[in-house]
Amino acid sequence: MKKVFSRPKCLKPAPFHYCPGCGHSIIHRLVAELIDEMGLQGKAICIPPAGCAVLAYNYFDIDVCESAHGRGCAIATGFKRALPDRFVFTYQGDGDMAAIGTAETIHAANRGELITSIFVNNAVYGMTGGQMAPTTMLGQKTTTSPFGRRSKVEGYPLKITDLIAQLDGAAYVARTSVGTPAKILATKKALKKAFEVQLEGLGYTLVEVLSPCPTNWKMTPVDAFKYLQERMEKEYPLQVFKDITAQKKED
Amino acid sequence: MKGTDAIGEAAVQAGCRCYFGYPITPQNELPEYMSKRMDEVGGVFLQGESEIASINMVLGAAAAGVRAMTSSSSPGISLKQEGLSFLASLELPAVIVNINRGGPGLGNIAPSQGDYYQATRGGGHGDYRMPVYAPAGVQELYDITMKAFDVADMYRTPVMILGDGMMGQIVEPIVRHKRPDVELPPKDYILDGCEGRPSRIVKSLILDVRLMEEHNWKLKRKYDLMKKELPMHEEFMTSDAKMIVVAYGTAARIAKGAVKRVRSNGLPVGLIRPITLWPFPDEAIANITKKAKAVLVFEMSTGQMVDDVRLATNGRIDCEFYGRPGGVVAAPQEIARIIERHWLQKELS
Repeated sequence: MKKVFSRPKCLKPAPFHYCPGCGHSIIHRLVAELIDEMGLQGKAICIPPAGCAVLAYNYFDIDVCESAHGRGCAIATGFKRALPDRFVFTYQGDGDMAAIGTAETIHAANRGELITSIFVNNAVYGMTGGQMAPTTMLGQKTTTSPFGRRSKVEGYPLKITDLIAQLDGAAYVARTSVGTPAKILATKKALKKAFEVQLEGLGYTLVEVLSPCPTNWKMTPVDAFKYLQERMEKEYPLQVFKDITAQKKED
Repeated sequence: MKGTDAIGEAAVQAGCRCYFGYPITPQNELPEYMSKRMDEVGGVFLQGESEIASINMVLGAAAAGVRAMTSSSSPGISLKQEGLSFLASLELPAVIVNINRGGPGLGNIAPSQGDYYQATRGGGHGDYRMPVYAPAGVQELYDITMKAFDVADMYRTPVMILGDGMMGQIVEPIVRHKRPDVELPPKDYILDGCEGRPSRIVKSLILDVRLMEEHNWKLKRKYDLMKKELPMHEEFMTSDAKMIVVAYGTAARIAKGAVKRVRSNGLPVGLIRPITLWPFPDEAIANITKKAKAVLVFEMSTGQMVDDVRLATNGRIDCEFYGRPGGVVAAPQEIARIIERHWLQKELS
């Protein structure tokens, strides 16, 4: 029989600890497939966040360096500046990327650090038990916004990807989703583009991936995927914000 | 050579090739020096967006296997504490310079020693220690900085150099030594891509409490080894001294002047200057104070190191304290008067 589906080489034979219906497992797999396909295993360094994906080193069979909450882009900067020919990426959640690590993220992007940030946005603090995130949507209930997020009290959902796209140092900035198989494939395509742009040395690259958190959204996985597409993708439209390689072609 | 330049040049000579920092007075001359020198030697100089970012950039470079340093002053060092705790737990080598200013809070930019506790007690969260050196002159700033990188690699630990604005600004002639040959352990932990070897993980998250306990004991064994191997101190006129003054860094220079003064008046007073604040030179202080009748600790703080002196002497002898906190730099005459007052009060003659 012909083998048509197998575990990526750089994904360790360990079962994911992620909750049923969580998007992390899908995104991990996409990253691992790309590292295999692009032959990056031997030169890759991953900086996972403090958050659900902190245990990424249990899965990725590449060099992995833990980070304090929010410091991913600063640590990645240290790596990439010290070893400019390596492939360096951060894997971060919404709190990591857009709350406690906002400064590190924006300044790394603005310096055009040759790193890729994979930003998994599920609009909630997953690992700590479902508290409000910077990306929590208005009206969305969390354990620390029990009446739903109110703009006058908690402010508005922070669209950090839109912000980063404005920075001169950013070379490729996109938002995708794992809502459907087609969107998953589009996510892989965006990640591949980001990796290529990093390897070409063109600037900072960021792919925001909208992802469901059934456990903390208190939904079944099926309902969570529905909510992801009907609510989250409206709040956070899927698009390529910036692609300097496309602009170059036009020039 | 200026103090800050001596630190920078010694770091370059020690093979430091990554400097990350954020401006803060009174240590700006150091990043300014490094911004030029790193470019000349093909290293990395990067001004971070904050002290927090800078220490984490150091962490990344250290994990990549490159000798890295950062520098700051008191409020900035507070911000770096998160990174210091991680460096200690991840067992990554790095050199951190703290040019201590008057505090707490924003304080002022004058020489002070108020950060002693923060430096020697770990400062950040968790059960860790970190070697802390307190040079008292430009030559020593140069020599100790060079040594600090080897100590960091030898024990896989962050190392702090603690000075103040006086140490940073002072200009003195120095002899540039070559870096001594030191046999260092192989860097078999670094993350530089897993080509040709199994992939590696650098992490401090240990959820199993038994394994976390073992990690803490492992660090403790390393700290015990440092306590045995690292303490450094200087003695000045201690052999016949009835009173011993203990002071470090800038305060020790002032105290030395005071000791010379009272010696010229016939008082047999000596000085011990701890060079390592952690590990503290307990044994040396215990031994030297055995024959003395009184101990006076002088610090540019309200009294922090005095606790360590009291622990080292373990109640065998009264340890008096005199302090000038907040950035006040006492003149040797003032300290000489304090020594003479204690001498009379204790009826040592």
